Amino acid sequence: MKKLIELQVGDSLGEVQLNPVSRLDLIKYAGASGDYNPIHTIDEEAKKAGLPGIIAHGMWTMGNLSKLFTSYYEEGFIQDYSVRFKGMVFLNDVITLKATLKERIGNKLRFNVLAVNQSGNEVVKGEVVFSQY
Amino acid sequence: MFTEHIGKCSNKVKNIVERSAVKKFVEAIGDPNPIYWDEETGKKSRYKNNIAPPTFPRVFDYGVINELKLPSKGLIHGEQIFHYERPLLVGEEIICYSKVEDYYEKKGSIGKLGFLVIKSYGEDPSGQIIFTSTQTIIITEAVRKAMIV
Repeated sequence: MKKLIELQVGDSLGEVQLNPVSRLDLIKYAGASGDYNPIHTIDEEAKKAGLPGIIAHGMWTMGNLSKLFTSYYEEGFIQDYSVRFKGMVFLNDVITLKATLKERIGNKLRFNVLAVNQSGNEVVKGEVVFSQY
Repeated sequence: MFTEHIGKCSNKVKNIVERSAVKKFVEAIGDPNPIYWDEETGKKSRYKNNIAPPTFPRVFDYGVINELKLPSKGLIHGEQIFHYERPLLVGEEIICYSKVEDYYEKKGSIGKLGFLVIKSYGEDPSGQIIFTSTQTIIITEAVRKAMIV
């Protein structure tokens, strides 16, 4: 694994492709986060809300996306993490997580972060500012 | 209908970064790095402790903002921002509260969309801010109308 200090602007962290989203993933996230909004776990509730089926919690995808940075915890920490939820994530979607270094100012590394689905559509898009020690 | 709430704060609530809650959370987001749950790894790290992942504050209790009633259905989470002074440590006590930061409406293709901005704070027991979390909730015209009935 490359150290973040060696990363050049334009370089990416290793992409991660998640397993297809399962109902159990979302039930587990509901339990772990305390977000029991039924549009994330119960088909009929999702349909009542006008959705074709249950959708992932936006925070589930955002939570997954931050793991691209976890192995660098000795080098620094995520100081700022901001995202827009741009698209819905449905059951069986295959999400790919990406982070690209956009700029380096002093000890701050600014990354573009992105989660895309199997069709290449952006579902979560944002920025991470990683502060190095 | 939300503008009148801008500036209102919730009561403060004491939360603990619970070891078992962190473990369950990192399993749920598929981030099983031992820095979050293995005590030895935590002790040997620069934090001398296990830490929690950046989106963990989702689990905290932020108290209740008086008179702010949100519909239980139909809300859309539009944006989310976390800011940290340092990572959260497993076992530490965090005092949490939220504030209605802003409310505005914009014309969209499905009528006027309402944007409610709630900023949440996490402080250590001495009152130092450790993190803030800002969420923008989108409330469609249909959902707002249903609330009035």
